[in-house]
Amino acid sequence: MSRIVIDEQRCKGCLLCVEACPKSIVVASTRFNAKGYKVAELPETDMDKCTGCASCAQMCPDVAITVWRTAKSKAKENE
Amino acid sequence: MQEQLVFKRPDVLADVPTHYCPGCQHGVVHRIVAECLEEFGVVEKTIAVSAIGCSVFLYNYILVDTVEAPHGRAPAVATGVKRARKDAFVFAYQGDGDLASIGLAEIMHAANRGERISVIFVNNTVYGMTGGQMAPTTMIGQKTTTCPGGRCLEREGGPMHMAEIIATLGGVAYCARTAVNTMKNMAQTKRAIRRAFATQINDEGFGFVEILATCPTNWKLSSVASNERIGKEMIPEFPLGVFKDAAKEDES
Repeated sequence: MSRIVIDEQRCKGCLLCVEACPKSIVVASTRFNAKGYKVAELPETDMDKCTGCASCAQMCPDVAITVWRTAKSKAKENE
Repeated sequence: MQEQLVFKRPDVLADVPTHYCPGCQHGVVHRIVAECLEEFGVVEKTIAVSAIGCSVFLYNYILVDTVEAPHGRAPAVATGVKRARKDAFVFAYQGDGDLASIGLAEIMHAANRGERISVIFVNNTVYGMTGGQMAPTTMIGQKTTTCPGGRCLEREGGPMHMAEIIATLGGVAYCARTAVNTMKNMAQTKRAIRRAFATQINDEGFGFVEILATCPTNWKLSSVASNERIGKEMIPEFPLGVFKDAAKEDES
């Protein structure tokens, strides 16, 4: 499963990742981090829709997002 | 199911929070520069020259040896560094208030001499650090603290197009303007910085990349609206593209 991890303490809540996400699954949360920024999040329920395209991570000015992508060819071989 | 790590912070980019405002694209440009340094394997022999402006703390974020230049003088300092240490990889990182205003003489002459350095020029059309004054690149009609009624063509002149100006100078091997507002433009930015760095490594000449970036705080817009302004207002005024590439001219 492709997935992203957002470092919430680094997030400044600019929400450029929300605009960048082609699947529109990265959203603004209602949580604040220690610095008082309202952070972005990808809800666990939507994580299976993530394709691991890394658009959000590349757009993030604070490089707060790490992306893992499902290894496609290997997954097919296993089937 | 196996998964592979496809995006992480480059090792040369320090794992610390930056002082930049939310939505400021200096962070994106820092990351792309750091990735290119790693790709070329020149991290150990890089000497960066940072300028005055918001990017003044470059040395806290990109973990390479850095010389801090006086306001606008980064290309002159970089010239000295490169001539003293020919083996080093030298790049300067400047903003528009620094490069296009007080540092105009230094950038023009460094480019004209064809110094083997690379200059990353982040253009956000305003003096960011000092509180949003009018820069030479400020757009017509844009309100800043020193032109509160909007920049007026008759009174202050029009915005300076640095990439076009630098491209006309003799020693320049590569000169381009890019943006980081969309994924496509970001890929072009990476290609441009890679090519500018390659001109130095291959001893071809001076490399210059102008990158259009946001300043949400001084534009008084949200991060998302600022990013949209790049596409809607800045790119029509500052067209993207490669204005000079010595390698392609040789082929043709």
